[in-house]
Amino acid sequence: MRTVSSWGRLSAPLHRVVVLNDPGRVKSIVSREYPSGLAHGMGRSYGDACLNPDGVLWLTTGLDHFIAFDDKTGRLVCEAGVLLRDIQRLVIPRGWILPVTPGTQLVTVGGAIANDVHGKNHHLLGSFGDHVQRIKLIRTDGEIIECGPHTQPDWFAATVGGLGLTGIIVEAEIQLRRVASPWLQTETIPYGDLDEFFQLADGSEVDWEHTVSWIDCVSGNGNRGLFMRGNFSDSEQRPEPKKRQLVMPFVPPISLVNSLSLRPFNAAYYNLKKSKAGSAIVHYESFFYPLDNLLEWNRMYGPKGFFQYQSVVPREAGQDATRAMLGEIAKSGEGSFLAVLKTFGNRQPVGMMSFPRPGVTLALDFPNKSAKTLKLFERMDAIVREAGGRIYPAKDARMPRDLFEAGYPRLHEFLKYRDPGISSGLSRRLMGA
Amino acid sequence: MNNKQRIVIVGATSAIAEHCVRLWAQDQPVDLTLIGRDADRIKRVAADIGARSPEADIHVTQLDFLDTAAIQTAVDEIAKQQAVDIVLIAHGSLPEQDACQNDLQACREALEINGISPLLFAEAFAKHMAKADSGTLVLVGSVAGDRGRKSNYVYGSAKGLVTRYAQGLQHRFAGTGVKVVLVKPGPTDTPMTAHLKAQGAKLASVEAIAKNIVDGVKRGQPVVYAPPKWRLIMLIIQHLPNFIFHKLNI
Ligand SMILES: Cc1cc2nc3c(=O)[nH]c(=O)nc-3n(C[C@H](O)[C@H](O)[C@H](O)COP(=O)(O)OP(=O)(O)OC[C@H]3O[C@@H](n4cnc5c(N)ncnc54)[C@H](O)[C@@H]3O)c2cc1C
Repeated sequence: MRTVSSWGRLSAPLHRVVVLNDPGRVKSIVSREYPSGLAHGMGRSYGDACLNPDGVLWLTTGLDHFIAFDDKTGRLVCEAGVLLRDIQRLVIPRGWILPVTPGTQLVTVGGAIANDVHGKNHHLLGSFGDHVQRIKLIRTDGEIIECGPHTQPDWFAATVGGLGLTGIIVEAEIQLRRVASPWLQTETIPYGDLDEFFQLADGSEVDWEHTVSWIDCVSGNGNRGLFMRGNFSDSEQRPEPKKRQLVMPFVPPISLVNSLSLRPFNAAYYNLKKSKAGSAIVHYESFFYPLDNLLEWNRMYGPKGFFQYQSVVPREAGQDATRAMLGEIAKSGEGSFLAVLKTFGNRQPVGMMSFPRPGVTLALDFPNKSAKTLKLFERMDAIVREAGGRIYPAKDARMPRDLFEAGYPRLHEFLKYRDPGISSGLSRRLMGA
Repeated sequence: MNNKQRIVIVGATSAIAEHCVRLWAQDQPVDLTLIGRDADRIKRVAADIGARSPEADIHVTQLDFLDTAAIQTAVDEIAKQQAVDIVLIAHGSLPEQDACQNDLQACREALEINGISPLLFAEAFAKHMAKADSGTLVLVGSVAGDRGRKSNYVYGSAKGLVTRYAQGLQHRFAGTGVKVVLVKPGPTDTPMTAHLKAQGAKLASVEAIAKNIVDGVKRGQPVVYAPPKWRLIMLIIQHLPNFIFHKLNI
């Protein structure tokens, strides 16, 4: 047994870790040798979706082989432990790209499917699951299920966004999209309040594939922020930038994110970026994954770890709900480095339990200050509940069960597809088993 | 006939070997022959390299690694087509020391697969390389071969055999066009499991080890410690006097 933490480092429960590195052996391991457990990819979920305290974790990162890539059609078949980074580095030089990626590329294909992750281009291309053509799933009773949007679509809808609870994904087929170069034409636009943000977001949906904004939640004067948008450039051919990686070398005894550091940091970041506002050509890795070169940055929150709070609320209520949440945060004096605010497009997700839905999503990190932080979350929950929104399980470690049930109306339907041999900290907390 | 670099991997499903192949194949078009014990597992490696490098020519061969006649035939067949540029002999398996101490059959198998088998392959390829007066033969040994320790001396003695053998081969080929590289990896992590490790010593990643090997081969270095810090560590361990060494629980 050894301790395993998720990205938020809130706890370090014991697990028996079983490495899966041969797809030919997965069935026998999960159905006979270690017949109950949970798949675990890169552990980039913040809370307990990827943990199974006191139980088995089937570690999937050894399933890291490509199976086929057709560069005429952009069809990629690979094992579920392949990292999105390795896909990008393989296919971008050959004219293709993953249509959707989250804010870090250090996640596995299996993890990206199980959380049906979204990126900055939701309004155009939806979430990760929209581009998956086929999944090979192994259940703990030994059954093998091949599913996709057109074959066994019910299994597919349960597994995309299914939090790893329907079986072990061993293989997936993904439709990539064309891209001419690894460079993006981008614009950064400072804004002074939420109205301006919504104007920019709405006004950018048609012409810009990628949109996101950083919002300063501690300055107190309005809700200033920086709106960023980008499109892949056809014409740009430049030398690849040098890759530099830094590692957060140790866990400081107290969180480095505190009331002393927060305001000056946010102000400095805002002013730095503001001074660089305007157009720029940016490499895809620094545009999509700005944090990936600072390895283990999650340590800076100190030994007690941190929470992320990510909600999505329907568009009609979105403006008021966002304003109210930012108000609660400012009032509490808790806060977070720059928060991320973005609109989701008007489209239904493929997965029964997928997080994205039409509306506006706000995501912030909070150092763990126990009761104080949880109290703030209760006030934010009330706003999300009132607005008819939901919270992202991939980022969650504490949402109340009633809010989960209200936010995910297809939960009941989903439960029929659960694999009885699989459970997680999250499933025990929110689904009772 | 083609002018791609010709590379043969024995034990192609070993994680270290696979990552070396990924690096070689991404640098230039290669003509690869992958030799392994399990047909399905070699095919998996071949498909992966094929997806990564569409220009690569890939051949797979399945073999019993202790069957001398089969090894001879397979190597002759591979070498007769065209001179081989690099042969990487990477197979092996880490036995439980305990099992080896309690079961002579387990002990024998550990010695054969980690010691004898690599030598048979090396010897078979060496003959062809000598004739062609070219090629680099890379043998994967281990730091465990540098000094016998109670925690894994059966494995260590098999790797010690590989070490002595590589020395002899280097002596034989000194001043010729044939190079012999002995690689000694330290304990290696499976890819990307670092976040699972409890605080404490971090093991080297397979990617890093593979990079050390590929660079060492390019330079034709006779002994490659991977990562390089193991050269110093093993120097110290080898020279510890017994009265200290015997107190260590290693
Ligand atoms: C810096 C950072 C930025 C992020 N940005 C975004 C973002 O922009 N958008 C977004 O949507 N998310 C984002 N995330 C969250 C992250 O994308 C998801 O948590 C992702 O699912 C993590 O993948 P993983 O491989 O680490 O999976 P894990 O966290 O290890 O597991 C996630 C879930 O997938 C399941 N799972 C993993 N592998 C398999 C498998 N083979 N078969 C079945 N189930 C499996 C697990 O059981 C678990 O339920 C971000 C995370 C970080 C750290």
